[in-house]
Amino acid sequence: MNRTTTGTAGADAAAPAAAGEDGVRVPRQRDRRSPRRPSRARLAVRAFCRDRVAVAALAVLLLVALASVLAPLLSPYSPTEGDSSLRLQGIGTPGHPLGLDGQGRDVLSRLLHGGRYSLLVAVVPVLVVFPLALATGLVAGYTRGRTGEVIMRLLDVLFAFPLVLLAIALAAVLGAGLGNVMLAIGITLVPYMARVAYTTTVQEVGKDYVEAARASGAPTRDVLLRELVPNVVSALLVYATTLCGLMIVVAAGLSFLGVGIVPPAPDWGIMTSDGAAVLLEGKFHVATVPGLAVLVVALSFNLLGDGLRDALDPRKQTS
Amino acid sequence: MSATVQPRGRYEDLVVVRDLRKTFGATTAVDGVSFDVRRGQTWGLIGESGSGKTTTARMLLGLEPASGGSVDFDGTEIVRARPKTLLALRARMRMVFQDNGSAFNPRRTVGDQIAYGLHRFGIAEGREARRRVVDLVERVGLEESHLGRYVHEFSGGQRQRLGIARALVTDPDFLVLDEPTAALDVSVQAQVLNLLKDLQAERGLTMLLVTHNLALVEHMCDHAGVLERGRLVEAGPVDRLLTAPRTETTRVLLDAVLEPGAAGARA
Amino acid sequence: MRTANATTNGTTGAGPLLDVQDLSVDFHTDTGVVHAVRNVDLTIGPGEVLGLVGESGSGKSVTSLAVLGLLGTRRARITSGRILFQGEDLLTLPPKRLQALRGSHVGMVSQNALSALDPSCTIGAHLVEVIRRHQRLDRAAARAKALESLELVALPDAARRLRSYPHELSGGQRQRVVIALALACRPELLLADEPTTALDATVQKQVLDLLLSINAELGTAVLLVTHDFGVVSHVCDSVAVMRRGQVLERGAAAAVLRDPQHPYTRALVEAVPRLRLSEQERSVPRQRRRLPEFTEVAGGVGA
Repeated sequence: MNRTTTGTAGADAAAPAAAGEDGVRVPRQRDRRSPRRPSRARLAVRAFCRDRVAVAALAVLLLVALASVLAPLLSPYSPTEGDSSLRLQGIGTPGHPLGLDGQGRDVLSRLLHGGRYSLLVAVVPVLVVFPLALATGLVAGYTRGRTGEVIMRLLDVLFAFPLVLLAIALAAVLGAGLGNVMLAIGITLVPYMARVAYTTTVQEVGKDYVEAARASGAPTRDVLLRELVPNVVSALLVYATTLCGLMIVVAAGLSFLGVGIVPPAPDWGIMTSDGAAVLLEGKFHVATVPGLAVLVVALSFNLLGDGLRDALDPRKQTS
Repeated sequence: MSATVQPRGRYEDLVVVRDLRKTFGATTAVDGVSFDVRRGQTWGLIGESGSGKTTTARMLLGLEPASGGSVDFDGTEIVRARPKTLLALRARMRMVFQDNGSAFNPRRTVGDQIAYGLHRFGIAEGREARRRVVDLVERVGLEESHLGRYVHEFSGGQRQRLGIARALVTDPDFLVLDEPTAALDVSVQAQVLNLLKDLQAERGLTMLLVTHNLALVEHMCDHAGVLERGRLVEAGPVDRLLTAPRTETTRVLLDAVLEPGAAGARA
Repeated sequence: MRTANATTNGTTGAGPLLDVQDLSVDFHTDTGVVHAVRNVDLTIGPGEVLGLVGESGSGKSVTSLAVLGLLGTRRARITSGRILFQGEDLLTLPPKRLQALRGSHVGMVSQNALSALDPSCTIGAHLVEVIRRHQRLDRAAARAKALESLELVALPDAARRLRSYPHELSGGQRQRVVIALALACRPELLLADEPTTALDATVQKQVLDLLLSINAELGTAVLLVTHDFGVVSHVCDSVAVMRRGQVLERGAAAAVLRDPQHPYTRALVEAVPRLRLSEQERSVPRQRRRLPEFTEVAGGVGA
C-alpha cells in the first residue's frame, strides 16, 4: 500500500504527491488489508479518541455525572442539614475537605448532590429541544418560501431578547422549581438551536449534492432525511454540546437570582449565591468551590463540542 | 469491447426542445431555445459563462421550472409534467456534474449514493443491487473497496468516474454532462472522455454535452448549438458548424481553441 | 507572433535572468515526508516565456512558489539547490531584501483573481499601495502610474475602473487587474500560475494574448505554470515538463511539441482534444476516435 505520502487513503488521494497517479494507469494492487472498512461511527470514535483534550473533557463530564448519581452514597453528610458549630470552617477542616457553608453544611456533600441539578437543567432541555429545532430548521430552510419565512420571523421575536434576560423572565413567570427552570431554559433555547439548524440547512441546500440527489430522483423526504439530516445534525450536535455548557451557567445564574431551584436544594447556583453572602466575612471557599465546578463543567462541554466537530468531519477521520 | 448497441424507441429524436424560455424577474436567461437530440448521438450545447447553457440543461431535466416552451422526452412533456411523472423519469435521464467533489454528500459513503437509484426506482435490492453497483464501479475503472469511502478521499478523475457510475446505475437513456472535464488535468480528461464514448457505444446512450470548449465538441458531438445570452445563435451538424461557422460568436469561440501545433501558435 | 528580440535575448543575453539549479523541496505531512520537487534545473533568459508544464501533484506550483521565496513554512523545506535571480541567490537573501524583490522585480499572477484582490478596496487603492510600497512617489504620481498600468493591460475605461471594486468586474477583467498589479513596478520576471484555468475559452485567449503583448512591449520574462499544452503552444518560447517532482524534458517549445522525447510528454501533447484534424483522423468515425492515454507499464502511449 502506497500510503506513506498522503493523509488520505490509498494511492489515489488528491493530495500533492500522490495525485499525479491519476494520469496514469498503474495496475492496482488487488489486496487491501481489510476489504470491509470500519463503519462511519467507528471512524468517528477513532478520530475522537485521538483528540486528547476532548477525551479529557468527556472524562470530566462522565465523572461529574457519576458522582451526581452516586451522591447519596458518596457524600459523607446530609446536603441540607448543617452543624452550626462548624459554620464557615474553611477548606481542609478535618472530616470536611471542602469546608462548611454559612449554615454549617458540608460543601463537598452539597457539591456532589448539586451536580444532579446542574446537569439535569443543562442537558435535558437541550436534548428535548434538539429534535424540535432540527425539524423546524430543516423545514424552514428547505422550503425557504413563505412557510420558512414565517417560522423564522416568529423565532426572531424570541431571538430579540438577550438569552439570559429571556430565561430570567420566563423563570420568574413560571415560578421556581426544577421543572419550571428546565421549561424556561428549553423555551429560551428554541430560537438559538432552530436558527443554527436553519442556517446550516440553507447553506447545505445550495450545494451540488442536493441538486444531484434531486436529479437522481430523490423525493423531498429523501433529500431531507438522507442528504440534509446527516450534515445538519452534525453541526447542530456540536452547537448543542457547547450550549449545555452555557446552560449550566445560566441555570446557576437563575438560582443565584432566586428564580431557579428552590433552596435549600443543593444547587450550584444556590451554593454560589449562599457563598456570595458570606464573601464579606472573608470566607471565599463557599462561593469559589461551586463556582469552579460550574466553570469546569461548562468548559468541558465546550471542549467536548470542539472535539465532536472534528470527529464528525469525514475529512478529518483519516483511517 | 462489446458490440455497439443500437438505441431503440418510437421516435428518431429522444429529446425535442421547443422555444424554451427562462426569465428571472426582468432578465431573460434563456430566450426561445429549440433543438432536437437524436437517439444514440451526442448533442453539444456550447456557450460561455452567463450564456444560459446550464439553465437550459437544468430545464431539460425538469430541475429548474421553465418559464415557457416545451421539452419532449421520448413522448413525455417535461415542462408541464407533474412532479410524480418527473420523478419517475429521473431513472431514464441522468446528470453528471462538473465538480463531483461537491456533487457527492460528504457525510455519506459514495457506494451508498451510487446505489440510491437502484432502491429509489425498485430496480434491485440487496445482493443484486450490490452486484450491479460493483460491476458498474469496476466498469468505470474503480474498485469494490472504494464503495465504502467518502468523496474527499478521491482524486478529481476518480470523482468524475464515480459521478458517471451514479448516473448510469439506473441504466438511463439520456445523460446530461455539464462540463464533465473542466476541472481535470488533460491526461485525466482524455481517460474520462474515452470512457464516456465507450459507455455510449455499449449502452446506446444519448448525451447532451454542455461545454465552452469547441475542441471537446469536435471530439465528442455529432450535432451542436451555440448559445449566446440565452439565444441559440447557430446550430447544426458539428462537421459543418466547426468548419463553416455562420456567426461571429462561433468564429470567436473557434479562434479561442488553443491546440498544440496549430496555425497562429507561437510554437 | 514570435517576438524576435525577446527570443534572441533569451538565448544569447548576458546570462539567464532566473537560474534554478538542483532545487529540491520536501513537504512534511502528518504521515511522512513528500519529495515534492526533486533536483529541478530551470533557466529563463531575459524576455523569455517559459512554460512549466505538469499535472496536479507534479510539483510545478511548488517550484514557482519556491522561486518567489514563499515556501519558508514549517512544512516545506528546501533541501538542496540555488535559485539565482540576476545572479543573486534568493535562498540566501535576507527576508527584507527578498520582500523588496517580490513585486518590484518579480511579479506574481495567481489562478484565482477574486481571492487575490481585497473585496473592500478599490482597484486604484490596490495599485497605489503596491506602487508606493516599492517606489518613493506621492499619491498623485502613484495614481498616474496606476492608471498607466491599467491602460497597459487594456482594461476598457481604465480611469473609471480605478474607483471600481473587485466584485464589479468580470472574471477576465479581474485577471487583467491582477496582471496590472504584478506589472505595476515593471518587474523583469512575471510568475503566472495557471492564470487562465478559471476563465472561459475566449477570455483565456485574450488574457494569454495580453501576456504576449506585454512580453513583446516591455520585454518581461514570464514563467507560466500550466497543465495545458494548448496554452504552451500559444505563448511559450521554451518548455519544461514536470512529473512527480522531476523535470522530464526541457527545450524549445516548438521542438518539444513537434517531437516530444519522453512518452509522457507525447501523451500530454496528444491528449489535448483538437479542432483541426488531419484527413486521416477525420476519416475515422467520431464514435471511434479516441484520445491517447498514458500507460505506465509499457512506458509508451497506448489506447
